[in-house]
Amino acid sequence: MKKLILSLITALGLLSGAHASSAGGISWDKAPVNTSDVASLQNGAKLFVNYCLSCHSAAFMRYNRLQDLGFTNEQIKDNLLFATDKVGETMKSAIDPKQAKEWFGANPPDLTLIARSRAGHGGTGADYLYTFLRTFYVDEAKATGWNNLVFPSVGMPHALWELQGKRRPVYETKEEHGHEVHVFKGWEQLTPGTMTPLQYDQAIGDLVNFLQWMGEPAQNTRVRVGVWVLLFLLMFTVITWRLNAAYWKDVK
Amino acid sequence: MAEFKEISPNASAGAKLTNWFENRFPTMFSAYRVHMAEYYAPKNFNFWYIFGSLAMLVLVIQIVTGIFLVMHYKPDAALAFGSVEYIMRDVPWGWLIRYMHSTGASAFFVVVYLHMFRGLIYGSYRKPRELVWIFGCAIFLCLMAEAFMGYLLPWGQMSYWGAQVIVNLFAAIPFVGPDLALLIRGDYVVGDATLNRFFSFHVIAVPLVLLGLVVAHLLALHDVGSNNPDGIEIKGPNAPKDAQGHPLDGVPFHPYYTVHDIFGVSVFLMVFTAIIFFAPEFGGYFLEYNNFIPADPLQTPAHIAPVWYFTPFYSMLRAITSEMMYALIACVLLAGVLAATKLKLPSLFKAVVLGGAVVVAALMLAIDAKFWGVVVMGGAVVILFFLPWLDNSAVKSIRYRPDWHKYLYGIFVINFVVLAYLGVQPPSPIGERVSQVGTLFYFGFFLLMPWWSRIGQTKPVPDRVTFAAH
Repeated sequence: MKKLILSLITALGLLSGAHASSAGGISWDKAPVNTSDVASLQNGAKLFVNYCLSCHSAAFMRYNRLQDLGFTNEQIKDNLLFATDKVGETMKSAIDPKQAKEWFGANPPDLTLIARSRAGHGGTGADYLYTFLRTFYVDEAKATGWNNLVFPSVGMPHALWELQGKRRPVYETKEEHGHEVHVFKGWEQLTPGTMTPLQYDQAIGDLVNFLQWMGEPAQNTRVRVGVWVLLFLLMFTVITWRLNAAYWKDVK
Repeated sequence: MAEFKEISPNASAGAKLTNWFENRFPTMFSAYRVHMAEYYAPKNFNFWYIFGSLAMLVLVIQIVTGIFLVMHYKPDAALAFGSVEYIMRDVPWGWLIRYMHSTGASAFFVVVYLHMFRGLIYGSYRKPRELVWIFGCAIFLCLMAEAFMGYLLPWGQMSYWGAQVIVNLFAAIPFVGPDLALLIRGDYVVGDATLNRFFSFHVIAVPLVLLGLVVAHLLALHDVGSNNPDGIEIKGPNAPKDAQGHPLDGVPFHPYYTVHDIFGVSVFLMVFTAIIFFAPEFGGYFLEYNNFIPADPLQTPAHIAPVWYFTPFYSMLRAITSEMMYALIACVLLAGVLAATKLKLPSLFKAVVLGGAVVVAALMLAIDAKFWGVVVMGGAVVILFFLPWLDNSAVKSIRYRPDWHKYLYGIFVINFVVLAYLGVQPPSPIGERVSQVGTLFYFGFFLLMPWWSRIGQTKPVPDRVTFAAH
């Protein structure tokens, strides 16, 4: 009985992953996230301030927190600061929210916590972003001329199109349960980008890595401290276990 | 006034200091004896008896971390979300304090659910411990209010829409509903006024009541003495005692159970800190992903789910559809007829019972199912208060009950977990049916307990507790 109940409780704990419904058809690719890879994070930060920050804010992220990634205050000031001249400021975009709404139909969301908020049953938020930023395609039917596979009818144009070039998805028709369905097969490159597909994936990997880090800048510290806390508790538990046994050995 | 005790001038400084206090604050010394050094607890406590102490520990963690969070948090709809991120980013070790508090909320419910389950299987609510149980149920109710109001404070999308959904439930109450919802919100929608009053309740009002109830829970427990896995009264008039009148089956709480609990606490802390440091979101169960988006009154999320600890009750709320009302009406009428025909009651009472059932059934037809959903959800918690008077078994502990009782309790747990799981999921036709069956089982378990708990052959209860020396 006791075992039965115990296993039930364990089962409750193991039901994994809360299920937020994800829009869009294709499955998410695994993002190459490694928040201790400083070179990747630095490259991601540069891409972020150059390409994302003109429309999106990161209103809870201070520029000088980039020191955690090995940048000096001077480097931040000289290379990464566009909208302000104070490194203690948060990353606000230059765009006027009202204008943005007019242009794109929606306010560009703040990106500080985007990697945390976009998680769902398709994977982590980083997986979503990694897939999203690599599945833009040319669609003349849309006002911006761009569409996206994981976020159909997205308001955002392909900000990184110069790097990736223009692409179009290729579908094949398959029979499934008597119905004809269109299945995504691959991409057709229309015009080349300044990067090869491999370089582009790497750049997006770095950018997503940075977004993941920015969602919780303390995450590396958290894990590092956690190891020591658990090691301490492990020793402490051995002591309390023996202390308990020492007292209870007299109880008959 | 107690007699003033003189002490020899040659006594040690420590003895003199103790004497000084003992003459001025004797209550401190007697309380230590009554509740610690001379409080005899049964020596056969098992794994299940750790969760009371752990609940106290988590309460302290929540209060202490809460004090530090309030130093930096801003209860203002325009600033709240940003202030939480400020705590997570700019306040030294703020992320740790915040994760302790957010994980603590879930940990509180884990240990309290396990603590309540312990009481359920060992009959800890039965005479003379009815008040201990009732204070405990009141603590559980306060905890739900505390968690619900605290969840609004980060002012994320889930905070906002969760509060919107739950407060709107109150609007379903006939006549006073809309005004009541307005009173709770302080506005026509959840807004700054709501955030401020929830903050006030979360940090002052409810914790004060909670602490008072915890004191009452413990004092009442120490007056009647702890139950144990055998359900044997170790301090009863016929229980074996030593020459000083101390129960042979008991041990002083201090030091035996203090060292025991410290061991339990260290094991608990390993699990607790592992979550804090390595999985603070716990897969979206402890911190929901949507709550990392600031509250937006103009954008309703596709799927609004309460945090996991409310979902069994939320499932029961969702189970009450207008279709389900027919099943409930049939249950009420059947109960009325059975009570009138089977119970030995004066004929006037029978008429009242039957008439009452018809009136309730008529009301159930007349008033919207949404209201009855709220009644069912509230009833699922309130029914726990009556448990001491529903259980008619000849023995307290599950150990000496018929075997099929154990399976019934097992099904009760599975049912509760299934309801919790369905409450997290978006609504689906199959899920709706399963949660309806689950709701009927949950209430059937309690409402029919006066009858089923009597059925079957109980096993003989020994005179002494089952204890093997360590």
